[in-house]
Amino acid sequence: MAGPSALYQRRRMGNAVLLVFSLGATVFGLFWLAAILGTLLYNGFEAVSLEMFVQTTPPPGSAGGLANAIVGSLIMTFVGVVIGAPIGLLAGTFLAEYGHYSRISPIVRFINDVLLSAPSIIVGLFVYQVMVIHMGHFSAIAGAVALAIIVIPVVVRTTEDMLNLVPNALREAAAALGTPKWKVVVMVSYRAAIQGLVTGVLLAIARISGETAPLLFTALNNQFWSLNMDAPMANLPVVIFQFALSPYEDWQRLAWGGALLITFAILGLNIGARALASWGGTKSGA
Amino acid sequence: MADLALTRKLPGERQNLADAAFKLATWFFAVFVLVLLGAVIVALIDGSVEALRRFGPGFVLSEDWNPVKQTFGARAPMVGTLITSAIAMLVGIPISFGIAVFLTQLCPTWARRPLGVGIELLAGIPSIIYGIWGLFVFAPFMQSHIEPFLIDTLGKLPGIGPLFAGPPLGIGMLTAGIILGIMVLPFISSIMRDVFDTVPPMLKESAYGLGCTTWEVMWNVVLPFTRVGVIGGIMLGLGRALGETMAVTFVIGNAHRLSTSLLAPGTTISAALANEFTEAVEDIYQSSLVALGLILFVITLIVLSAAKYMLIRLQSRAGT
Repeated sequence: MAGPSALYQRRRMGNAVLLVFSLGATVFGLFWLAAILGTLLYNGFEAVSLEMFVQTTPPPGSAGGLANAIVGSLIMTFVGVVIGAPIGLLAGTFLAEYGHYSRISPIVRFINDVLLSAPSIIVGLFVYQVMVIHMGHFSAIAGAVALAIIVIPVVVRTTEDMLNLVPNALREAAAALGTPKWKVVVMVSYRAAIQGLVTGVLLAIARISGETAPLLFTALNNQFWSLNMDAPMANLPVVIFQFALSPYEDWQRLAWGGALLITFAILGLNIGARALASWGGTKSGA
Repeated sequence: MADLALTRKLPGERQNLADAAFKLATWFFAVFVLVLLGAVIVALIDGSVEALRRFGPGFVLSEDWNPVKQTFGARAPMVGTLITSAIAMLVGIPISFGIAVFLTQLCPTWARRPLGVGIELLAGIPSIIYGIWGLFVFAPFMQSHIEPFLIDTLGKLPGIGPLFAGPPLGIGMLTAGIILGIMVLPFISSIMRDVFDTVPPMLKESAYGLGCTTWEVMWNVVLPFTRVGVIGGIMLGLGRALGETMAVTFVIGNAHRLSTSLLAPGTTISAALANEFTEAVEDIYQSSLVALGLILFVITLIVLSAAKYMLIRLQSRAGT
């Protein structure tokens, strides 16, 4: 009798260890999220002020803000999305609507997924090689192109996934009315999947607005107010990088302020995109 | 009659033209994605030719990285990349597994979504934020609490002792590896969750019916069934860890030398690029850095392709 009961005890012990471990792992993961956000709020809150939004980055030791970096980030993110999203949208459309029997579709899908996780610093290196060297100087447009290259695989992926969710009956009904294929895609598929497509673009914006590595070699940084796309442009991530590693306390405080701003903007975009996706999901499910 | 036929035919022709143009445009940009990858490889090779020609195969073997003497070797950053990623996997794999088990098997249904989103938000935090947090909060914590403890305990053991020797600096390989481990959690655990959900309930229920515990069901039924997908997820996380730049740059210490101790500062390929590229004025210096980038890109391509291949295999099996 002692044998089986000892075995049973051991099995129950093993099980309890796993359950405690998995609970602990989840707490561990969430703890870091809380720790990072808490630190950001604690350190960044005092830096967030009106000056941060209206003054430009200061030389060490004097007051200033992040206005040029915020505007620069907005401009480059905007241009990056404007270049990258249509390319991704059309490529994703090919995979979902035209490429079912095409030999290149599986290859495109495979390469796209690889690009999705490829190191972003390589993208910066690539744009440096093909644009910055030939232009002879760092520029905002090179930074925007680097961001666009990161946008493309994100949008390709979500576009294909979302278009695949559109029921084929809708397409067939439109085709039966004699609608040309491109009109079926634009007026039926896109319309049915619009929430998903917007979600994909939002996620792409969230992804690139915190990217630092590709901007280091392309847009670099600019201490002054500049809207010239053909010149180096200030941007939040690179300013945070430089200011955080500087020995000046007021620069470090601005870095925390920028970090707080950028993180909550990105988390807000992420949550917004999710809410939009699940709202679309429940609506089409009903 | 001819006029009538013409006006009747024209709209249809225009539609055909629009159809062909639209299809061509989508095809063009799909091919563009392939061209992009090719262009990246060509540009990196083109940029690194000078360094590879000058140093030859010695480039990957030499540890000497001296911008003043203009001699460059990739061994220290390559090894640094591999070591930090290995630490990241040691931290990330078991924790991700725990999270996936909790969220798929144990968690009450109402808490699944908020907790899952919480873990996934870890992936939304930009890597520079991990970096600044790592430098100002985590590294000092490591220096004052964890590292002295490791030096006093593991550092005294024979065999693995040298791995934990030296002064507690806070910054170094171990700190960078642990932060990378936290960063890959959401990627690995979300794939594990997805593949655990593909296990047919009947398999699990049969095992439970035989009296298996949750642990035994996970270990003997779910894991063997999803092995390929789990490995694919791990490889995906590894691919992320290998190329991660900003978080590592802040806490690695940027020292181009190899040391046995994990507590010592080192460098990785991506950190070397981020720190030195804009300062590299000489052609050979810049070319060497591009060559580093090429090595990193090739390694991550191989790892990510393997990951993708495994996930596709699992998908096609689940489909049949």
